[in-house]
Amino acid sequence: MLRLLFVTLLLALPTITPASEEVVLGMSKDKVAITTSFNGSEILIFGAVKRETPIPDTQLHVVITVAGPSNPIVVRKKDKWLGLIWVNRSSLEVDEAPSFYAVATTGPMRDVLSEPEDLRNRITIHNAIRSVGAPSDITDSESFTAAVIRIRQKAGLYQLLEGQVALDQQTLFRTSIKMPSDLTEGDYTARIFLTRGGEIISRYETSIDVRKVGLERWLFTLSRENPALYGLMSLAIAIAAGWGASAAFQMARRG
Amino acid sequence: MVNPAGLKKHMQIYLPIAEISVNAFLLLGLGGLVGILSGMFGVGGGFLMTPLLFFIGIPPAVAVATEANQIVASSFSGVLAHFRRQTVDFKMGGVLLIGGLIGAGLGILLFNHLKSLGQVDLLVKLFYVVFLGVVGALMFVESLNAIRKSRKAGGPVAKRRQRTWVHSLPFKMRFRTSGLYISVIPPIIVGILVGILAAIMGVGGGFIMVPAMIYILGMPTKVVVGTSLFQIIFVTAFTTMLHATTNFTVDIVLAVLLLVGGVIGAQIGTKIGLKMKAEQLRILLALMVLIVCGKLASDLLLQPSELFTLGAPGGH
Repeated sequence: MLRLLFVTLLLALPTITPASEEVVLGMSKDKVAITTSFNGSEILIFGAVKRETPIPDTQLHVVITVAGPSNPIVVRKKDKWLGLIWVNRSSLEVDEAPSFYAVATTGPMRDVLSEPEDLRNRITIHNAIRSVGAPSDITDSESFTAAVIRIRQKAGLYQLLEGQVALDQQTLFRTSIKMPSDLTEGDYTARIFLTRGGEIISRYETSIDVRKVGLERWLFTLSRENPALYGLMSLAIAIAAGWGASAAFQMARRG
Repeated sequence: MVNPAGLKKHMQIYLPIAEISVNAFLLLGLGGLVGILSGMFGVGGGFLMTPLLFFIGIPPAVAVATEANQIVASSFSGVLAHFRRQTVDFKMGGVLLIGGLIGAGLGILLFNHLKSLGQVDLLVKLFYVVFLGVVGALMFVESLNAIRKSRKAGGPVAKRRQRTWVHSLPFKMRFRTSGLYISVIPPIIVGILVGILAAIMGVGGGFIMVPAMIYILGMPTKVVVGTSLFQIIFVTAFTTMLHATTNFTVDIVLAVLLLVGGVIGAQIGTKIGLKMKAEQLRILLALMVLIVCGKLASDLLLQPSELFTLGAPGGH
C-alpha cells in the first residue's frame, strides 16, 4: 500500500508545473478514529521533493509539525499555605496552546531553521504557545509557560523530534508521529517546511481529522446534548446491574 | 489461541468522557475489591474508590461524578440482601433521605463554585483528610475499647439507649424497625451532612452515616447497614443526575466497568460480613479509613514533584 502510494506520487511528478522545489506529500492516514479500543495512534508522514532544476549545493532540510486544536488553558501553581499545606495560590491564563504538538526535523533545530523563520511561522514548541499579558502579581510568567511544555511533554502531547525525519538523496523524506490516547478531538494540522541555510524555501499544509466514532461518539454527544437522558440511562444501567448481580447470586445459592 | 500481545491491546479501553485510555481488567479488579469491602462494611466504598481513580489518572471531576453512579449499583445490590432479611428501617431511611437530598444540592453548589476558582482538588482532599481522620480515629478507639471490655466481662456490653440531648428535641417520631422514639431533627442533620459529602467527595457517605446512626441516633447495629444503603441509593442517584447535567462528568463506560466488578464483590462481601464480629469489622474499617486518610494528607503536606497543574479556564 505504502509503496503503491510512492509510485503514484512519483509518476504524478512530471505533470505538475514546476516552482524551484516543492513538497509532494503522502500520509498513512488523514483520519484518526477514536473508538472504544483506541490506545493512541501512529501517523506516517512521507513525501518527495519535486524539482526541475539541479539540486543546489546547500543541504536541504525538512521540518514537519503536527498540531492539535488550540485552546486557552489556565496554569496554576501550588505554594505553601499557612506554612502547612500545598495549595494552588497563583494562576496564569495561557491564551493559546495546542492540545497536541509534535515537531520533527532532519537535524538539530538551529541548524535547520533560523530564529526569525521559527518566530514568524511559530514552529518550535515554545513559539507555538501564545501567552500575552501576565497579570502584574506574576513576575515569572516564563515558568508558567515552561510548565505547560514540561507537563505536556511528559504526557507525550508535546514532542520535539530533532533528527527524526529521514531524508534520502535530498528527495524522499519520511517520519512517524506517535499520538497518545488522550487526544483532543478536532482538526489537526500537519505542516511540512523545506529549508536551505535556515530559510524556508517551500511549505505544504494539510489536515488530519481526529474524531470519536461509533459508541464513543454517541455517548459523548448524548452526554452534552441530552444530559438528563444520559444521567437517567447511567442510573438505569446501575440499578439493572445491581439487581442482576443480586438475582444471580440468589440463583447460584439455591441451585 | 490469543497471543499475549493481542490480549494486552484489547484490555485497553477508551473512556468517552474522561477521554483517556485505561486497562479494562484493572478497572474490573478495582471494582471487585472495593465491592467486597462495601458489602462487608455496609459502606458504598466510594471513599476508597475515588482516591484510587485519582491515582490511576482519571480526572478528579470525572472520578467523583462517576463514582456516585457506581455507588448506586453497589448499594442497590447490597440493599436487596437486607430487604430479604428485613433489616431496613424505611421510615428512618426516608427521614435521612430528606436531609440527604438537601445536602447533595448544597454540596454541588459548593463543588461547582470551587471548581471555578481552581480549588476543587483541594476541597475534595481536605474533606477526605478531615472526615476520614476524625471518623477513623473515633472508630478505632471505640472498637478497641469494645474489644477490651468484652474480653474483661466475657461478653459484649449492651449499654445503649441512654438518654442524651437527642431525646430532648421536639418533632418526635416513632421508628418501629429501629425501636426508637426520637426527634426527626438529628436524622435530618445527619442526612444533610452526608449529602454534602456525597456531592463533594464522590462517596455514599456510609463511613460517616453508619457511626452517626449507632452513636448519635442510637439505632441497633442490625438495621444500620441496610438503612444506610437504602438512603445512599437515592442520594447518590440524585448526585449522579446533578453532576451529569451541570458538569457532564459522568463516564458511563467507566461506571459500567467499575460496577460489574463492584456488584459481584458486594455480594461476596455481604456474606463475609455476616460471619464476622461487629467489633472486628469496625476495627478493620477504621484502619482502612486511616490509611486512605494518611495517604491523602501526605499529598497535601509534602512538596509535590510538579507544582504546576493545567486546567481549562473557568472549569475542569
